[in-house]
Amino acid sequence: MNRQLPTFVFAAAALLLAGCPGNDDSGDANPAGGAANGEVEGEVGIDGSSTVEPISSAVSEEMARIHPKVRAPVSTSGTGGGFKRFVVGETDISDASRPIKESETEAARENGVEFIELKIAIDGLTVIVNKENDWINGLTVAQLRKIWEPNSSVTNWSDVNPDWPDEEIKLFGPGTDSGTFDYFTEVVCGESGASRNDYSASENDNVIVTGVSGEKYSLGYLGYAYYVDNQDQLKALAIAPEDVGNESDAANPGDGPYMPKGAVLPNADTVASGEYTPLSRPLFLYVNKASLKKPAVAAYLDFYLSDEGQALVPEVGYVQLNDEQLAETRAKFQGAVEEVGATIP
Amino acid sequence: MSAPSPVQTTQLLGRGKREGRIFQVLCWMSTWSSVAILLVLLIGVAYQARGWLDWEFLTSFDSRRFPDKAGILAGLWGSAWTILFTILFSVPIGIASALYLEEFARDGWLKRTIQINIANLAGVPSIVFGMLGLTAFVYMFGLFGAQGTFQVNQLSFLGLTIPLPLGRCVVAAALTLTLMILPVIIVASQEALRAVPPSLRHASLALGATKWQTVSRQVLPAATPGIATGVILAVSRAVGEAAPLILVGATTFVLYAPGNIAAPSDIVENPQGLLEAPFDSFTVMPIQIFNWAQQSKPEYRQHVAAAGIVVLLAVLLLLNAVAIIIRYRSQKRLNY
Repeated sequence: MNRQLPTFVFAAAALLLAGCPGNDDSGDANPAGGAANGEVEGEVGIDGSSTVEPISSAVSEEMARIHPKVRAPVSTSGTGGGFKRFVVGETDISDASRPIKESETEAARENGVEFIELKIAIDGLTVIVNKENDWINGLTVAQLRKIWEPNSSVTNWSDVNPDWPDEEIKLFGPGTDSGTFDYFTEVVCGESGASRNDYSASENDNVIVTGVSGEKYSLGYLGYAYYVDNQDQLKALAIAPEDVGNESDAANPGDGPYMPKGAVLPNADTVASGEYTPLSRPLFLYVNKASLKKPAVAAYLDFYLSDEGQALVPEVGYVQLNDEQLAETRAKFQGAVEEVGATIP
Repeated sequence: MSAPSPVQTTQLLGRGKREGRIFQVLCWMSTWSSVAILLVLLIGVAYQARGWLDWEFLTSFDSRRFPDKAGILAGLWGSAWTILFTILFSVPIGIASALYLEEFARDGWLKRTIQINIANLAGVPSIVFGMLGLTAFVYMFGLFGAQGTFQVNQLSFLGLTIPLPLGRCVVAAALTLTLMILPVIIVASQEALRAVPPSLRHASLALGATKWQTVSRQVLPAATPGIATGVILAVSRAVGEAAPLILVGATTFVLYAPGNIAAPSDIVENPQGLLEAPFDSFTVMPIQIFNWAQQSKPEYRQHVAAAGIVVLLAVLLLLNAVAIIIRYRSQKRLNY
């Protein structure tokens, strides 16, 4: 860092001069981050996943209080649609609910776009049933696969386990355009997009909430935020990972609802620690390295990763990174800022 | 066939009356069932919006943290700018096209081809116009550099800066909506022109008026009520449209209005904003409503979205009222 200091300072001064014409005193270092922060100006271009949108929007909302002259509008073209704009350099930040694909990385390289990947929160995909469901509290991944795999033979609950009701199982899930669908099918069925298709699909997770809460013999899956915000209407199932849970060894072989051994319920602790597996997935921001030189973008990300910014994550229904992961993300961001010789206003 | 006896005649008459009565009841039922469905929807939405639709909702920007602080201001201004430009672009072009086709064009294969194409365009799904708008207006076919390298080129005159390509701005969206509603305006205007009695044209021409004088002073005023109805129907469709605008880059969450004009007083303080607004990023009411309905917090989909729908309906009603006034006033002036 010391070796790079002269360039660093020079670039910082040049940037601040360019960014805030006629405002010499903003060139001063402002570690306190107080009044001088008001002078940051500019627009941050954000597009991408509608799953990440609530977090980015909440951050934009708070940014508007601290830096009223920074404009950070959030668009929701979806993870794939967001990357299409990101890899040609049209946006500064891309919200993503899955890691960038090889083909997208390739496109970015061709267009000379260098980027960093920042993990900013965790989503725990939640398998839900009706409140009145009194025969299961959990499922194994193998059972989930049996229910959801392409051409599944399961039509009634009793097809999964003869002890369960001989009633038709009403399935609800996200539509094929959703990142939630991609992730669930990949983890449960082994291939992204591999799913039975005779279920009620909706791009709006609220439709799944309504569907499952209205049908006693229903089952569905959705993003953690939708479960957390509608807990009074839904029952979440504990999920036992592949190598732990086994259909035959229930934790309670006697009476009471079925519960596989080693099954874990999704909550803030189990999702953050990774104990709720395999249905926890990280949410990302992809940042164009060149954009870090814009004071507005640097300030926006700095706030996003601050304690104050991260406190917005649980508020909109997602799970915060644990300390170790957050430290890693912050280090990655700082490293990139120094690498391009930018500064955080 | 022998003539029916008096008894048979009474029977036949009775049956005819019964059938007439049944038909009347069926018509009555279909009218009132649609009114009832509309009422149920309106009452349901108004009930959900109750207590949420207040002055603060109309004058605040969106909030993702607090449902009770969310407002539709950005969408209101965005929709207003977009619709203003859509009307400015589509009405002159639409009426001129209809005039050409009805009054000037000679019957032939060319006119028939144009006619069929316009009728077909009226049925194209709006998302297709969104794709067209993205290529034609947002990227301008890549003529001004690669996609993404925005605002490298620009046209400047009289303090007005037009970015080339347009990018994701109000004008690009308005041009896209113009493409979408032009067929509707043209077809409706043609119908209105056709409804003007030919005797009016003949009389005018017989008195020595030129074709231009006949069209501008007689035909067009006589057709105005019909044209106004068509225009308002088309514009109402554009106001409620979300799908093509998502494609041409309307944002989802914004905390500013185009050109930073969020209140009429801002126009006085910041007149430059009027020139910037057409090329600024924006959102529209239907997109805000769509997004609220997708939020995980139940208050958003139950109350905030409902409040937004009420505002959107109120704007549509207002537009329709304007159309009725225009129609009424122009009809009063007609005296044939």
